[in-house]
Amino acid sequence: MELKNVNIKGIPTAEFNDNEYLENYIKELEANGVNVVLSKIDELINWGRSNSVWPLIYATSCCGIEFMATAAAHHDIARFGMEVTRNSPRQADLMIVAGTMVHKMAPLIKRVYDQMAEPKYVVAMGACAISGGPFINSYHVVPGVDQIIPVDVYIPGCPPRPESLFYGLMQLQRKIKVEQFLGNKQR
Amino acid sequence: MILNYSQPLEVTNLTSWLDSTLRGSLSEFWVLLIEFVIVGALLLAAYAVIALILIYAERKITAFFQARFGPNRVGKWGLLQSVADMIKILLKEIVKINRSDRFLFFAAPFFMIVASMLTFGAIPFGKALHAIDFNIGVLYVTAVSSLGIIGVLLAGWSSNNKYSMIGAMRSGAQFVSYELSAGFALMTIVVLAGTMQFSTMIEGQRYCWNIFNGHISSMIAFVIYLISGHAETNRGPFDLPEAESELTAGYHTEYSGLQFGFYYLAEYLNMFIIASIATTVFLGGYLPIQVKGWVDFNGIMDYIPSYVWFFGKTAVLIFLSLWVRWSFPRLRIDQLLNLEWKYLLPINLVNIVLMVILVLTGLTLTDLLPGIF
Amino acid sequence: MRIDQRNKKTFDIYNIMENIKKLILNTVPTAVIEEKQKLTVTVTFDKLHLLAKTLKENAALPFDFLVKLIGVDRGEELGVNYLLCSSTDLSKELVLKTGTTDRENPLLYSITDLFETAQYNEREVFALLGIRFINNPDMRKFFLNADWVGYPLRKDYDANPELNPLSLESVDMIDIAPRITENEKGELVEDTVNIFGEDDYIINIGPQHPSTHGVMHFRTALDGEIVKKIDVHSGYIHRGIEKLSESLTYPQILHFTDRLDYLSANINRHGLCMAVEKAAEIEVPERAQYIRTIMDELNRIDSHLLAWACQTNDLGATTAFIYGMREREIILDIFEKTCGGRLIINQNVVGGVMFDIYNEFQKDVKSFIIYMRDKLKEYDRFFSHNVIALGRMVTIGVLSKEDAINYAVTGPAGRGSGWSCDIRKHIPYALYDKVDFKEIIRTEGDSYARYLNRLDEIEESLHIIEQLIDNVPEGDICAKVKPIIRLPEGEYYSRVEACRGEFGVFIESRGDKFPYRLKFRSPSMALVSAMPLICQNEKVSDFIGIGGSMDYVIPDIDR
Ligand code: SF4
Repeated sequence: MELKNVNIKGIPTAEFNDNEYLENYIKELEANGVNVVLSKIDELINWGRSNSVWPLIYATSCCGIEFMATAAAHHDIARFGMEVTRNSPRQADLMIVAGTMVHKMAPLIKRVYDQMAEPKYVVAMGACAISGGPFINSYHVVPGVDQIIPVDVYIPGCPPRPESLFYGLMQLQRKIKVEQFLGNKQR
Repeated sequence: MILNYSQPLEVTNLTSWLDSTLRGSLSEFWVLLIEFVIVGALLLAAYAVIALILIYAERKITAFFQARFGPNRVGKWGLLQSVADMIKILLKEIVKINRSDRFLFFAAPFFMIVASMLTFGAIPFGKALHAIDFNIGVLYVTAVSSLGIIGVLLAGWSSNNKYSMIGAMRSGAQFVSYELSAGFALMTIVVLAGTMQFSTMIEGQRYCWNIFNGHISSMIAFVIYLISGHAETNRGPFDLPEAESELTAGYHTEYSGLQFGFYYLAEYLNMFIIASIATTVFLGGYLPIQVKGWVDFNGIMDYIPSYVWFFGKTAVLIFLSLWVRWSFPRLRIDQLLNLEWKYLLPINLVNIVLMVILVLTGLTLTDLLPGIF
Repeated sequence: MRIDQRNKKTFDIYNIMENIKKLILNTVPTAVIEEKQKLTVTVTFDKLHLLAKTLKENAALPFDFLVKLIGVDRGEELGVNYLLCSSTDLSKELVLKTGTTDRENPLLYSITDLFETAQYNEREVFALLGIRFINNPDMRKFFLNADWVGYPLRKDYDANPELNPLSLESVDMIDIAPRITENEKGELVEDTVNIFGEDDYIINIGPQHPSTHGVMHFRTALDGEIVKKIDVHSGYIHRGIEKLSESLTYPQILHFTDRLDYLSANINRHGLCMAVEKAAEIEVPERAQYIRTIMDELNRIDSHLLAWACQTNDLGATTAFIYGMREREIILDIFEKTCGGRLIINQNVVGGVMFDIYNEFQKDVKSFIIYMRDKLKEYDRFFSHNVIALGRMVTIGVLSKEDAINYAVTGPAGRGSGWSCDIRKHIPYALYDKVDFKEIIRTEGDSYARYLNRLDEIEESLHIIEQLIDNVPEGDICAKVKPIIRLPEGEYYSRVEACRGEFGVFIESRGDKFPYRLKFRSPSMALVSAMPLICQNEKVSDFIGIGGSMDYVIPDIDR
């Protein structure tokens, strides 16, 4: 599958910053025996999945407020069909980890992640969720939520602006679009 | 007389043509079987389509209330948004939960969806678009729609989750109370219309809708029906069973994938059902606006197909319910029960007596002004 | 004439404080009294409770408001500083100090029976410094897990990650609290208490829950829909800011203040800047003061709008939530134009402000004031008189004035209980003595009073900005400050009125470029500590609603 087929409405592929990453990702998948999108049905499924990403907000601190701003009138996450924030992890597709992750919280985020139903994605929003951010030297801070759960997209910033969050979410949509559901050998 | 006008857009001809063709070549049994299957399939399809449209409409209308855009990236104006949602939900994993009552857990969503399906089947959508016309239609609808609560209670009970449990208990209290009011409000109109059959009831409203016919009493019944119907659908401000900010997702907290999809669809469908019953019972159902004596006007109105009238009226009521939902804060459980038992129910009981008096003493509009209505 | 009055006033204060000193010496003859930035009294640990009690109960000037409780590792001894002040006049302050040299098993006497707010603070001190308090009914660690090895704020803490590895195992909650009590014979008894009864129906509200405003964990015992008892667990966002600060220079620490209570980021920062400026004797230029005050007030409006929005959301009115956020965006736009940040704006620095206001600033702010006044009316029409909303706020979650003082609940919540506790009025800083504004006080103490207080404070803030916006003088925006600031040895306090109540900074400097101990007083901690009290016997839904009306920010508590 070619990268140019991964189409996000309104934004040409060239405008995304890390196309090489996605290319590598596709290569890696192929090398491991996973076929990337072949059939029309797969495309349909991925179209559905990528356009209906219902987030579960795992907001622990400051970045959560920026998420709220993103969801509210000015920026309106509903445009992407993502305003259906589910509070129950079972019904959510995407966990947005917004904020610092600390030792006491680590088992809980693991548990919430395990409670989510497949397919599930994780976005690490903000410096803290990526690496511990300003608190990386602290005794009680986990240096990045990827120590606990796998992360799909990292959104830098402290806090990231709503626009960056959108950009990150669109990157996630692209990533979803190269997946394969039917005939996947590893299933 | 009025029916002499041609109504090319109605499906009456289509159905009778189908019926006669089938009967021409097959035996009675096969004709019925084929017709049942077709009707069933159509209903199922309509069920899904209406739910999807409603979901989309709600998201757009909410966005309008909240100074936002709403979905606008999937398809033109985001029209395909709920289709995408459906595809995703269909393929999502269904989580099996340890230490839950497996059988009840899986059965619960079906109760919910079956109850709303059964009700849905009995609704007259238009001329010839009425699957079953019971002579006790009102009673049937009231009875069958109450089955849904079993789904909610079972879900709460079997999930082995405290939030679900509280949500289900709230829901039980709420549903039982408001079902009373809704039933009584419908009974008020049954007194007025003198029938429980939907088709007769609709025909009786040709020149004067029930809501006007019984004036004061009907209006009160209408308002009460809207409130309690709204409460039965568990939507804000009566959304205590799933109160987002209190109980995370209430009784369906533990459901994922398609099972959650059932609850999700049923929620919207119930909203539609309540609105359509209100339309049928109070607002003349699929009949167009007609005035006695204005033959040409009636003709023009009649030209608009009956199902358009039906869906139009229903849409207005649905809009009303969305408006309420998005403007009011949530009630607390005691406020909710107070509203029902201390206000709506007593008013309702008095109202029924009032209606009986109106009908017996000939004070309804059709009796008072037979020339106009 | 005015000068006379002022002299008389100083004389009075002098007199009163002299009396207090006499009182202290009468009660505890061994007490050491020093005049530092604040009047400081050092006593041995066995006398502290007695002294605190006398001070609280004296008639002339009762010291009944425990502002801060600061645990310090003073090197050879582990100690605690108590900043007390009088609830009628917040400018009358007094510091009590005590300590113990036993580092193995440090024990001090609790003052929880005098000041309810001390309870969580003492538990915090136990978690971070390992001091246990005798007679505190609940000696579980507050922020850290019970099995945490070491006490982070001690100077000899071993930060080796292997001692406290990242564990992903879910642990069951233990509802048994150890405690140490002193019986009549004066013996110390260690025993445990059960927090909940045998067959209480307990639900966990939090830590990941849509309306705990962050990651607070309330274990709630329910009787049907009614809240019987709440047990607060905290620390799910404990980031160890105070420990981190001990190895950072002052300008670096500034960034942490923003991230405590991110909704009043600018005001918190102002607080720390003031503390450092006072200690290093830096004069802040007039223009910077103006900008600071205006920005603070904008920040306050921003925060109150968000609080309003969240409260309505907690009551189930999503649309109102979106409206609040919509207005907030305009302030964020002004912030962004001034300094590029939206939520966290990095505006204040030691000595002044980092960025000057932009050309159109005045115009933007003025048009915002007009717009906001209009919207306040809309809020009133839309939500404040809604029957359901009234039913869910009036007489719900009543906090009496005594309890407010006892639990040290300040800010709009404290003022909603009839306690005049606005630092801007009592101890004016920046330009607050030059502008005219009302302190909004309501006496009902319920959710609705807190709700209205916020809306009215938005109006007052607009009024303050209005008075300042046209008069911003020309001049420097920042004083000349050395890149590395060394504070002279001593203890420095500063107090500002943040959006949720009093925010305080305590710096103990040993003449270094790093603070020896830095402590932030978090207004939200007091708000949360009052929750179990005011939510008792309310419905679960109201518990959420009350939480919304208290409007706490969790990272501010956990630090
Ligand atoms: S990245 Fe920055 S804004 Fe986000 S949670 Fe961490 S400190 Fe707060």
